[in-house]
Amino acid sequence: MAEPLLEVVDLTVSFPTEDGLVKAVDHVSLTVDSGETLGVVGESGSGKSVSFLTVMGLTNRKSAIVEGKVLFQGVDLLELSPDEFQEFRGKKIGMVFQDPMTSLHPFYKVGDQIAETILAHRGVSKKEAADRAVDMLQRVGIPKPAERAKQYPHEFSGGMRQRAMIAMALSLNPDLLIADEPTTALDVTVQAQILELISRLKEEFNAAVVIITHDLGVVAEYCDHIQVMYAGKIVEKGSAEDIYHASEHPYTWGLLRSIPRLDAEVDRLQPIKGLPPSLIFVPSGCAFHPRCPYAFERCLDEVPELLPTDGMHYTACHLSMSDRERIFHEDVEVRR
Amino acid sequence: MSAVEAERTSPAPVGRGEPLLKLEGIKKYFPITRGIIFQKHIGDVHAVDGVDLEVYPAETVGLVGETGCGKSTLARVVTRLHDASDGTITFDGQDITHLKGGELREVRRDIQMVFQDPYASLNPRQTVGSIISAPFRLHKTIPHDKIKTEVQDLMQLVGLNPEHFNRFPHEFSGGQRQRIGVARALALRPKLIVCDEPVSALDVSIQAQILNLLDDLQRELKLTYLFIAHDLSVVKHVSDRVAVMYLGKIVEISDGEDLYRNPKHPYTGALLSAVPIADPDLAKDRRRIILEGDVPSPIDPPPGCRFHPRCPRTKALAKDQHVVDAQGNPLRYMPSCHDEEPLLVPHGPTHMAACHYPLEARIMPGETGPEEQVSP
Repeated sequence: MAEPLLEVVDLTVSFPTEDGLVKAVDHVSLTVDSGETLGVVGESGSGKSVSFLTVMGLTNRKSAIVEGKVLFQGVDLLELSPDEFQEFRGKKIGMVFQDPMTSLHPFYKVGDQIAETILAHRGVSKKEAADRAVDMLQRVGIPKPAERAKQYPHEFSGGMRQRAMIAMALSLNPDLLIADEPTTALDVTVQAQILELISRLKEEFNAAVVIITHDLGVVAEYCDHIQVMYAGKIVEKGSAEDIYHASEHPYTWGLLRSIPRLDAEVDRLQPIKGLPPSLIFVPSGCAFHPRCPYAFERCLDEVPELLPTDGMHYTACHLSMSDRERIFHEDVEVRR
Repeated sequence: MSAVEAERTSPAPVGRGEPLLKLEGIKKYFPITRGIIFQKHIGDVHAVDGVDLEVYPAETVGLVGETGCGKSTLARVVTRLHDASDGTITFDGQDITHLKGGELREVRRDIQMVFQDPYASLNPRQTVGSIISAPFRLHKTIPHDKIKTEVQDLMQLVGLNPEHFNRFPHEFSGGQRQRIGVARALALRPKLIVCDEPVSALDVSIQAQILNLLDDLQRELKLTYLFIAHDLSVVKHVSDRVAVMYLGKIVEISDGEDLYRNPKHPYTGALLSAVPIADPDLAKDRRRIILEGDVPSPIDPPPGCRFHPRCPRTKALAKDQHVVDAQGNPLRYMPSCHDEEPLLVPHGPTHMAACHYPLEARIMPGETGPEEQVSP
């Protein structure tokens, strides 16, 4: 098999604070192949955003302690100087942020903001960059792109702004697009539009896509692989099929059970009890044990390793294979 | 709109007695002015444009729609944070549309609100205790020395640790903050709570906790909810009846199960199909109706049916029947959708929809989509 597009090896990101060391990402390894869509799922504070901000070189080098390797097309991004990184960012890896209301600059015209990215990386004239910006706006489905390019972000609706962000991220034909909660701030109808757009553009631009989200429901349709993060660690990863039809980690079950469903009469949702843990005082053993209904003694002292269960499906849990299967069928699957 | 519309009422669930809240022909227009000194009135934002709705005691009525459809404005009109431009609000048999001062305060005890953003709706400089006790201090319903125990009881009730009485909002997570918001709304033992997108800012796992909490409280305290959200799956989960709003009007109202099984309005169909399904196989099988564009401007709403410029059904019908305009150019909509405003008409005992060409089939996985069923 060819070399993966992005390979993250043993990435650990921690932030020293007055109260102690915040371990936002804890020995995370992952790969993204060309042309695939990876979904990264977890609650607020699970480290999913920080991992990919680090991949983008956007964690502050002064305040964050970063260990491990981020290999992009064979180059270790963490070894690069800020100037060298600039070459990669935008050109090879594009990013779409969560909140389209705050991630566009309110004082600059939308077209100029997109053109700025192009000017910074390509030796083209201003005119060419502006034309490319209009072309990009058209490709993300903004009607009357030439007029729209001359407008300011406040004249765009939420969905339109997110389209403009996507246009910006794709304007340099990157090989990898990272979308951090691209639809969380949007209406369901617009969310559907944006997800369709991302998957269409992925084909058009032949890029790999990483979608970061807290809602397992959102990514079901679009992802080839999914990994679930909890307290800075990957607790389960596998194909979409594995995660939705044969998931093995109690946290994944919890996420699946919390989703209100249209197609089933559910009397009561089964939320995950409690709150995500503090990343300074991570619980001993399996970090999920205080919230896990199936925890037993071993979970309290021993950190479970992320082990393959079958093929490409990995789980970090002490429950035995047979228990996992039984619980999934008895408690989780009945709800679907 | 007008007299005909004002006479109609939404279908009543059987045997519920008098409605707790009754809205008749509610309109809320925000004026648009030009000029600084001589402000010339140049138009209106038709945020809510003729809504009739009844809410019965101990039921939950869900209100869904996209951003800009007027659902939050309607919530603010109900709680009298905005004054209605037209129409009447009857609460518990009393016309509260124009109440002022002391009388209004009296009514506000019974109508409380939970806001969308738990980060913005709590004063960061007040402790949780003083946030939750504010209603007591304003309404003086209990003696001063009992306030603290009452607040701690409330905190217990919504699942917060009563010892955290003296903490500030920033020390709490999003879900806990929303619990504080719920406790504040419950303080005066209201009859009706208007929840404006109470879970849309929260993670799914925490969202489920808050939905269950609201459910428990309703059972325990016999509360009535008007529950507003843009996510149909959330609304269906909590609501007895669901009203779908588009551009200031209710386009469909029905009991939740029937709305989901058997949507009549193409807009409802589109909303249903946009809801993510946490199952890759089902999700790939179903037909998605992706609506084009955004909600049109409420300053100058489209004529006839307000949904017709985005409606996939009228487009399919017009294409199928080769409808043309006076010049012989093909039309993208049926003429009646453009010329005539559809009224809410019954489609069963508890179901009403406002559409000239209502849907016939459900659009869930494995079944045919409405676009294929083009014969009206």
